Amino acid sequence: MQRIIEHPVLGPLPDVPMVKIIVDGEPMEAREGEMIAAALIATGKKYFRKTIKTHEPRGIYCGIGRCTDCVMTVNGIPNVRTCITPVEDGMVIETQMGYGVWKQEQ
Amino acid sequence: MEEREVVVIGAGPAGLSAALEAARSGAHVLLVDENSKPGGQLFKQIHKFFGSRDHRAGVRGIDIGTQLLEEADALKIEVWLDAEVCGIFNQRDVWIVRNKEKSVNVRAQRIIIATGAVENSVNFPGWSLPGVMGAGAAQTMINLHRVLPGFKVLMVGSGNVGVIVSYQLLQAGADVKAIVEAAPRLGGYGVHTAKVRRAGVPFHTSHTVLEARGTDHVESATIVQIDDKWQPIPGTEKVLDVDTICIAAGLTPLVELAFAAGCEPLYSPLLGGMVPWHDASMRTSIPSIYIAGDISGVEEASTAMEEGRMAGLSAAHSLGYVAEQVYEVGFKAAEQRMLALRSGLFGQKRRDAKAAIMAQTRG
Amino acid sequence: MEHTTSDDKGLKVSGAPNLAELHASPCYQLPAEDRRALAAVIECIEGIPCNPCETACPQHAIIVGDEITNLPIVDLDKCNGCGICVAACPGLAIYLKKHTFKENLAYIAFPYEYVPLPVEGQTIRMVDRLGQDVCDGTVLRVVKIKKNDRTAVVHATYPNGYYEQVVNMQRLATD
Ligand SMILES: Cc1cc2nc3c(=O)[nH]c(=O)nc-3n(C[C@H](O)[C@H](O)[C@H](O)COP(=O)(O)OP(=O)(O)OC[C@H]3O[C@@H](n4cnc5c(N)ncnc54)[C@H](O)[C@@H]3O)c2cc1C
Ligand code: SF4
Ligand code: SF4
Ligand code: FES
Repeated sequence: MQRIIEHPVLGPLPDVPMVKIIVDGEPMEAREGEMIAAALIATGKKYFRKTIKTHEPRGIYCGIGRCTDCVMTVNGIPNVRTCITPVEDGMVIETQMGYGVWKQEQ
Repeated sequence: MEEREVVVIGAGPAGLSAALEAARSGAHVLLVDENSKPGGQLFKQIHKFFGSRDHRAGVRGIDIGTQLLEEADALKIEVWLDAEVCGIFNQRDVWIVRNKEKSVNVRAQRIIIATGAVENSVNFPGWSLPGVMGAGAAQTMINLHRVLPGFKVLMVGSGNVGVIVSYQLLQAGADVKAIVEAAPRLGGYGVHTAKVRRAGVPFHTSHTVLEARGTDHVESATIVQIDDKWQPIPGTEKVLDVDTICIAAGLTPLVELAFAAGCEPLYSPLLGGMVPWHDASMRTSIPSIYIAGDISGVEEASTAMEEGRMAGLSAAHSLGYVAEQVYEVGFKAAEQRMLALRSGLFGQKRRDAKAAIMAQTRG
Repeated sequence: MEHTTSDDKGLKVSGAPNLAELHASPCYQLPAEDRRALAAVIECIEGIPCNPCETACPQHAIIVGDEITNLPIVDLDKCNGCGICVAACPGLAIYLKKHTFKENLAYIAFPYEYVPLPVEGQTIRMVDRLGQDVCDGTVLRVVKIKKNDRTAVVHATYPNGYYEQVVNMQRLATD
């Protein structure tokens, strides 16, 4: 929901270069090297995917790559665990519906 | 096939300490972790640790992590990151997938499994809504990634993890609306609960979360008082205005690797459930396999480090690296430090549970 | 001035120790009203395995002893109020107090690990153990030295009618 700019123990948020990502068609900024989930939470994105049958929204649960709740379609590849996958410049990230579809063009 | 004397699986406080001790004793060590950064849980722990000077008490978890990594560097320990261990065969062949693509088998004379634990979840209507997450996940977001997953938090569980993460959420700028605890008494250290209480966070004992509501994300939580049979008492519901619900309902040892390898299991509810049987030297029922840290029973980072040192020393000793006398002295010292950590009101139960495991003979 | 609330059910229910629990523990010693020097006050009554307070004190005024789960006890004759233990305690369970700093003002120095930090001269709201608002306080200084490892120690005065009740300050709003 927001970045932690000042922190009593960790100090000020270090300066790092920003990269551009595209989230559901919208261009956005992310901090170089940060996890996709962190970048999306910072922008206030509420859910990352919807389940196949009941279309229930899902977000992060474990934050360390174990539960697969946070998966999204990244650069056309579905089911990418966003909590442990770093952003890259130009990355295309999409809210995933159900199991998602492979969209990688060859 | 590649060969190493000792392969340590997991680079948390337990695995790092094990690798350091084995390498210091002269063994050739390979340390692997599936993460892209070593340290396990340590780098989320920005608070000062308890214990004594021997346990690096008073030092923050993050700084202990940095110290351990520097020592590993100085000893030139070989570390493979982004390396997931998928299986252990023939009691010594470790199957590792590197960078999600390359499969490697390493034959090890000794294996030390230090894979840690996973957080338990709690089911209630709405528990799968975005905004409901493990307390550890919230801690990872605020302290590692420096994003606040929500502004108004309900914490479920008052053990040390629940109260420490609550405190850290306050430090990160969130508002913790309440901490609920199903038991009639709070679980965590009083000094931790007092710290969040004087910051204005109310505790509700004999309470649980009844449901979470919201369309795309948590928008409110209902908590309720429970009776001594843990049943909700109608009429005691309270609706809290929160956007995040953190679950701190304990951890379960990550034992799959050890059990698939054939280590004998043992049930220890106090230590988190099924754990591999082990003796005081941290050796399992398979003589070439040792364990250390949360996998051998969920405790804390300080005990994880001591167990790691014990496992590393014992593994090196079994390979002939440590002179008998040196081993005995080292073993005794580690045992003493561990006893100190498992003493008192809070430690006694864990000490008994550990003793119960070791009292059984296996292997 | 006794102060009780409906939620003062003790450490294991309310989260904070109440005065009855503190007075029953040998660990808690409120410095006498006529004491001239500041003194360390410890609220660590459970016997947890921990002793950095003991190892940190240059005067050897805090004793935990061989059993690491003994309660930490301050020898008030040895304590000179230097405040090193305040930042060394991982439980943030120690503060310094003095009943009469001047006229009717008490003095307190407590650990504080939030941002923003208060500044010298600032008026702050003092809180009790339950986090309840008690009275105004005035910041004398904020100690942030390297040795304290990112735990700030805030020195402040407040009306000594609330001498025992006040333990810390209300968190400042982030802007
Ligand atoms: C919120 C919270 C607060 C805590 N506070 C304290 C405290 O104040 N004091 C204290 O002493 N302790 C504290 N602890 C407990 C402490 O963090 C743990 O007990 C400790 O980290 C356990 O260490 P470990 O090495 O066993 O496991 P971990 O630190 O979890 O490390 C396990 C490692 O193994 C790796 N791994 C797992 N499976 C595989 C695989 N198949 N292949 C490769 N690698 C793998 C993981 O990536 C991880 O890096 C806290 C824990 C939490 C969650
Ligand atoms: S204030 Fe100074 S002298 Fe007094 S107990 Fe603390 S460290 Fe020791
Ligand atoms: S350092 Fe703090 S928490 Fe530890 S024993 Fe001393 S007073 Fe208690
Ligand atoms: S949140 Fe669990 S895998 Fe990403």
